Amino acid sequence: MDKMSQLLKLLEKTDYIEINEFRMDFEELELQLMPAVQRVVQQAVTKQAAVQETMKKMEAIEFAPPIKDYPGEVAQVQLGAGSRKPVYLGGQQALYRFEEPQPNPPVVTFDVFDIPMPGLPRPIREHFSDVMDHPGDWAKKAVKDFGANMVTIHLIGTGPKVMDKTPRQAAEDIEEVLQAVDVPLVIGASGDPQKDPIILEAAAAAAEDERCLLASANLDLDYKKVAKAAVDYNHAVLSWAITDINMQKTLNKYLMKEGLTQNDIVMDPTTCALGYGIEFSIDVITRTRLAALKGDKDLQMPMSSGTTNAWGSREAWMKNDAWGPTDYRGPIWEIITGLTMMLCGVDIFMMLHPLSVQLLSEIGSTFTKEYLTTDSPDISNWITELE
Amino acid sequence: MQVTAMDIYRLLPQTNCEDCDEPACGEASCMAFATKLSEKESQLELCTELSEEAFAKLEALLAPAVREITIGTGDKTITIGGDEVLYRYELTYYNPTALVIDIADNLDDAEFTERVKNIEETEFERIGEMLTLDAIALRNASGDAVKFAEAASKLKNAKLPLILCSFDPVAMKAALEKVGDGRPLIYAVNEANMEEMAALALEYNCPVTIFSPNDLEKMKQISRTLREKGINDIVLDPGTFVGEGIGDSLDDFVMIRRLAVEERDDDFRFPILGIPALTWLYEKDEVQGGIKEATIAATLMNKYADVLIFHGTNIWELIPVLTLRQGIYTDPRKPQAVDPGLYEFGEVDQNSPVLMTTNFALTFYTVEGDIKGKTNAYLLVLDTEGRAVDVSLAGGQLNAEAVADLIKETEIEAKVDTRTLIIPGLSAPVSGEIEDESGWNVLVGPRDSSGVPGFIEELKEKS
Ligand code: B12
Ligand code: SF4
Repeated sequence: MDKMSQLLKLLEKTDYIEINEFRMDFEELELQLMPAVQRVVQQAVTKQAAVQETMKKMEAIEFAPPIKDYPGEVAQVQLGAGSRKPVYLGGQQALYRFEEPQPNPPVVTFDVFDIPMPGLPRPIREHFSDVMDHPGDWAKKAVKDFGANMVTIHLIGTGPKVMDKTPRQAAEDIEEVLQAVDVPLVIGASGDPQKDPIILEAAAAAAEDERCLLASANLDLDYKKVAKAAVDYNHAVLSWAITDINMQKTLNKYLMKEGLTQNDIVMDPTTCALGYGIEFSIDVITRTRLAALKGDKDLQMPMSSGTTNAWGSREAWMKNDAWGPTDYRGPIWEIITGLTMMLCGVDIFMMLHPLSVQLLSEIGSTFTKEYLTTDSPDISNWITELE
Repeated sequence: MQVTAMDIYRLLPQTNCEDCDEPACGEASCMAFATKLSEKESQLELCTELSEEAFAKLEALLAPAVREITIGTGDKTITIGGDEVLYRYELTYYNPTALVIDIADNLDDAEFTERVKNIEETEFERIGEMLTLDAIALRNASGDAVKFAEAASKLKNAKLPLILCSFDPVAMKAALEKVGDGRPLIYAVNEANMEEMAALALEYNCPVTIFSPNDLEKMKQISRTLREKGINDIVLDPGTFVGEGIGDSLDDFVMIRRLAVEERDDDFRFPILGIPALTWLYEKDEVQGGIKEATIAATLMNKYADVLIFHGTNIWELIPVLTLRQGIYTDPRKPQAVDPGLYEFGEVDQNSPVLMTTNFALTFYTVEGDIKGKTNAYLLVLDTEGRAVDVSLAGGQLNAEAVADLIKETEIEAKVDTRTLIIPGLSAPVSGEIEDESGWNVLVGPRDSSGVPGFIEELKEKS
């Protein structure tokens, strides 16, 4: 093909032509090309006009974000006071960020135990084996090395079948942790319905005015005692119901009768782990948050997730070559469990693995920002840029 | 804005088939049919008594909030979209998120074949279901039309449907010439290539994706334009930002779905596509990248992604995502249960051990997976209305009387000489009562059923 017919061929495929730097032999142009170029230009112009017509039509279409009004809002709960840096939970006035960013980002609290816990999964023991003998050191490491916003001290050792530690010993462990870190604490007992309220009472007294979260009150134990300890020593209470919104409502009502207010209660609607009924938790937590925003006063408290339940799932801990290393499966199991709860409205997460904590917090931290205010990279060439 | 049975009934003949021999819809009355239709458990086409006009009206009324779209043809078809609600508890979600793996058109032959094989063979069994991947996304990484078309030809015989990824209409056309009859999903239309891509979608009758990162106004404009051209099979990609921008992506996804479901905005009533693969633009470490990619995928799946394109193929990264999908897409209206009764594993005889478990699907299949091929035993499955061992113990469905009845009903006593029942470790609290009620000896087994084969071995050694 000579130059000219090449050019013509090119022009046929073009929608418009720019004649800025168009140089060619004038005679040639006039003699051979003029009619052809004219035709192409004519076609291009018609096509261009049609495109412009579409563009104009398009520009007339406007977009309005689907923002709703909510009659209710989530109560704000302060954790940490006295010698602690406070952390705030809840306070949402809308379901999503594009409607109204939430005032406080989701918070992660690292699990720490009062005994060495040989049963913890290996990927976690790896990070903490050097500090497991002392809850204070353990808590310090969680805060210093892994950026924990809070620490949960589980007084597992108080379990009658574990070490049967006394309320006094429990109080000492609490003091050790309070000394070691200045973040707010969640205080958990062993899960024994008889002993837990007594332990929590002693721990609450030891941490007077530090505004810890006492975990937990439920319908199977003397919740009045737990509520009283919180009122007497200035703490908040975790109100735990097992995937049952009516049970949650009842328990919250009972707790408020004991003198606690919306600002002193955090709910734990139960986290069923990924693959082990996570869909039940999704439903209950979604319904709870929607009820809060609709104005149900008994369900307007922030929510908590026992995300570490994820480690109970087989896929997180069981050795199986066909599934790949547990070193990776475990953390992902914990992240996805927590993340799913976070996207349904949960405000505080009890977690174990540093990497899971980091990834969850990264996503959670975006919840307080306005829509389209972050610098986002240009992804329009991803098809060729991806390796 | 879900359609009620009454809304539907108003448009049906309301004759209860007085003049026909038998209602073609298979229901006793028009109202019953309306109810079935509102629950998506029947097809409108079944009623033979509808005028064309009534049919059209009903069809529009019954169209799901999110359009159902098929990718692929024949036995290589996947369906996406079809959702009616924002929250699964309100009804159920339809058509599980399609999980797709990308493949670059510039891989050498061996790598290409290996990757396709890997994608096709990825599987993970969970709760009696084989979880697999759904499609392959061919990526025009070379930027070259000829290479793209060649790679597309190589995928013609792949076992999965295709997504063709290129913003270049010339490359797209070249690939469609090879595989366009297989109804691949075209990825993607943007403002610059709109006219050409639209023409290709119409020419090859393929569904097409709109790519409009963080710009829903533009997306709406393009969507309207495509629809006016007669294109109805559309997928929306509002961009996947994997860093801090994930907050924007979440907003985009939620806004699109809310507009579709609550406002029935026709420009947005389409499935949404996310690309966790973009993680790898910024993260080169295989482990970190895999964990992050799974995290992004789970985030978007929770908030309405109907298609997700991955780059990583490690099984440990895909298992959690497949598991999440299985959970989110179970139907909350139906208990996840198996038939109660007697099951046999391996070669059983009158001396084989007898085990007991519940009929919760997760429990049953977990136990099955642990004993199948590993031990010979009878398994009694108790009807706990689909509840796990400790759940049904707490709720009272697992009780001594129920177990005694199960022993009688299954007539297991006629099959075995032993009168020893091995129960799950978690049901230890009722072991004594079961002994009293059934007259059998009860052995409390391990807490986790993975210990069952070992437990039975030990028993054999002892006796
Ligand atoms: C999901 C869940 C629910 C779901 C139900 C899911 C279902 N369909 O069963 C819902 C939300 C409905 C629910 C309700 C309740 N739940 Co619930 N629930 C759970 C949860 C999170 C997971 C259960 C599960 O899926 N396990 C997985 C299956 C596979 O486990 P599995 O059946 O036990 O099987 C294993 C073993 O038992 C063993 N095994 C099984 N068969 C066999 C056979 C043999 C021979 C052997 C040797 C071993 C063996 O191996 C299996 C694999 O590991 C657990 C907590 C937990 N993480 O375990 C709480 C839990 C079981 N629930 C609990 C409670 C109290 C309840 C309720 C009573 C609360 C309420 N709201 O009233 C109700 C009861 C409902 C009823 N029965 O009427 C408590 C039980 C406490 C106790 N032990 O007494 C638990 C432990 C939570 C807790 N920490 O308090 N729950
Ligand atoms: S076939 Fe049509 S007219 Fe007959 S009963 Fe069913 S819905 Fe009514």
